[in-house]
Amino acid sequence: MNLDLIADITTAILVSFGCFLGIIGGLGMHRLGDFYSRLHAVGITDTLCSFLILSGLAFQAGLTLVTVKLILVFLFLFFTSPTASFSLANNAWNWGLKPENLPVELAESYEGDDS
Amino acid sequence: MNILLTGAAIAIMFTMLLALIRALMGPTVFDRVLAVNMFGTKAVLLVAVFAFISGRPDVLDIALLYSLLNFVGVVAALRLVQRGKEYAQKKLEEDAQ
Repeated sequence: MNLDLIADITTAILVSFGCFLGIIGGLGMHRLGDFYSRLHAVGITDTLCSFLILSGLAFQAGLTLVTVKLILVFLFLFFTSPTASFSLANNAWNWGLKPENLPVELAESYEGDDS
Repeated sequence: MNILLTGAAIAIMFTMLLALIRALMGPTVFDRVLAVNMFGTKAVLLVAVFAFISGRPDVLDIALLYSLLNFVGVVAALRLVQRGKEYAQKKLEEDAQ
């Protein structure tokens, strides 16, 4: 069990999980009817999928400058993806797009909210 | 190892296809922006995987650059949609007078 074999196995596991999550995010885009549930589905799988795939590739590259680049890519995705999801939801809400199956008492409380 | 990474690239491309279909079908404009955001993130991952398939890891800078662009693109699209609505409301008020 030399070191390369272990690195390859970890890469295989991590990358396959990452792609599996990516496909789940893709399916979530179609299965879920409402915009907000879609945003929820994509927001979750997006960050974790990129973490898994990029860390899987980092095992391939070992401790070199390439791993630093991979970590940089992941850090950037880690911070901007939720921010983009937030600004999407915020804009959609202010635009007046309300979730479909909002419970009645909640809907009334937001009725006057015209911000 | 290359077979695994090629398989991963195909899976990512399939996800991008799903995101594109949602972008075309999406009823509201926000679905489209969300789909483009997901497409961009998956494109970043595709470039990262391709960097390792082709054995030239310095392609990763493109992945980093594209993730920057993707974020700016999403925020710009949202700003356009919001500004468009305000402009339309102003236009309606002017016509009403």
